[in-house]
Amino acid sequence: MANKISVTVNGKQYTGEVESRTLLSDYLREDLSLTGTHIGCDTSSCGACTIHIDGKAVKSCTMLAVQADGCEVTTVEGLATNGNLHPMQESFKEEHGLQCGFCTPGMMMTATDFLKTNPNPSEQEIREALEGNFCRCTGYHNIVRSIQLAAKKMSEAV
Amino acid sequence: MIPNSFDYKKATSVDEAISLLGDDVQILGGGHSLIPTLKLRLNAPGTLVDISKIESLKVIRDNENSITIGGGATHASIAADAALSEHAPMMTQAAKEIGDIQVRNFGTIGGSMAHADPAADWPAVLLACDANVVIQGKGGKREVDIDQFFKGFYETALADGEIITAVRIPKMASNRHSVYVKFKQPASRFAIVGCAVGIEMEGGVVKSARIGMTGVGESAYRAMNVEKALVGQALTAESIEAAVKNVTEGAEVMSDHYASQKYRTHLAHVYVKRALKMLM
Ligand SMILES: Cc1cc2nc3c(=O)[nH]c(=O)nc-3n(C[C@H](O)[C@H](O)[C@H](O)COP(=O)(O)OP(=O)(O)OC[C@H]3O[C@@H](n4cnc5c(N)ncnc54)[C@H](O)[C@@H]3O)c2cc1C
Ligand code: FES
Ligand code: FES
Repeated sequence: MANKISVTVNGKQYTGEVESRTLLSDYLREDLSLTGTHIGCDTSSCGACTIHIDGKAVKSCTMLAVQADGCEVTTVEGLATNGNLHPMQESFKEEHGLQCGFCTPGMMMTATDFLKTNPNPSEQEIREALEGNFCRCTGYHNIVRSIQLAAKKMSEAV
Repeated sequence: MIPNSFDYKKATSVDEAISLLGDDVQILGGGHSLIPTLKLRLNAPGTLVDISKIESLKVIRDNENSITIGGGATHASIAADAALSEHAPMMTQAAKEIGDIQVRNFGTIGGSMAHADPAADWPAVLLACDANVVIQGKGGKREVDIDQFFKGFYETALADGEIITAVRIPKMASNRHSVYVKFKQPASRFAIVGCAVGIEMEGGVVKSARIGMTGVGESAYRAMNVEKALVGQALTAESIEAAVKNVTEGAEVMSDHYASQKYRTHLAHVYVKRALKMLM
């Protein structure tokens, strides 16, 4: 069954038809060519496909595209504004928070949602917040440092 | 992975959702149990009725003696609710331990109860809280005592065409204490063994107790023999040790690649003791 949907992705409105069974991750990558959203496991485990729906982090492989109808979607491509990296992106760069980079989009999307509810987290809280994101390169220490730096930059910016 | 084809309908009210339910139709809540099963093609309904946009199902209401949680309330909204953290802190504690940030943002309490995964957290916690389930279907509304709700392996008292519209949690009196502890499967955070305890104390001894166990058997259950053995006792290391001996009695203890039957039985003892000692 084809459904008409209208979604705002990274500030841009898209209207189109999707099959009911199309996953949001596939819609973003195949229909909108936003391939920054990675598919690691496709079984709701690894978090590489994490995006925001109305500001809340979700694994886009665990949601239907049709469920995003009428929602604001943010993918990793939407983090930077006017060509300036988001503080989270800057921090991952400065603290070497990525090795192969496969898990990085999901890590940053989870972390930006997390810092909204906990802007000044402890190291332990950051580690717990990353429970749903796996890094196969196991670069967790630098990922945690990156998020600590981002928290600092973002609280100083306010 | 691509699910089988199905039709999708978005409901805007509970009445509309109920009118759309029928043969070969399934409810879509937060989707965090259902969509994975569709992708694995373990399940292939003809139609999904999406209830996740129904605002009235998301409300958490603070009543005089109880708190009513809408069936569509997410784990994250339960974790963040102030009235629950004041009057039923075990609910807050358990909500924060389900899955991860992403799962908590979309998974709902009604979906978890209807799914009745033998390793889910809510069943044990709701049993210990003495909750009531509010259900609505074509025939109207009914309430089911939580003790009558979980029937077996992925099996509940829900009939076809019924929706869990709410779950009601009694507020705890000041002489009540509660705690939830679980041994997590490290990747998914589902409970390999989870134990929820609510006890009422009077004059230094246990007046009544409710103990919900999950992850152990084919369905969450109350460890009634432990509850009985605790009544009239002061909580001491010795009384706890004696009371928990038969915590798995009546449960068909599961065995899988996470934990053998023997190891699970051992964990059930360790976790019920740990929970009770935290309330000493
Ligand atoms: C990676 C991962 C980790 C997880 N970890 C945990 C964990 O640690 N602990 C835990 O307890 N759970 C865990 N879960 C499961 C999670 O809590 C689900 O959200 C929950 O089991 C189902 O809720 P849902 O709203 O997503 O329901 P859905 O997936 O939408 O539906 C599940 C079933 O319930 C039915 N249904 C949905 N809502 C209702 C309703 N209101 N009335 C009647 N029927 C309804 C559906 O038809 C379907 O059969 C995890 C899930 C994932 C993907
Ligand atoms: S691809 Fe979605 S969680 Fe791994
Ligand atoms: S940087 Fe390679 S998976 Fe994380």
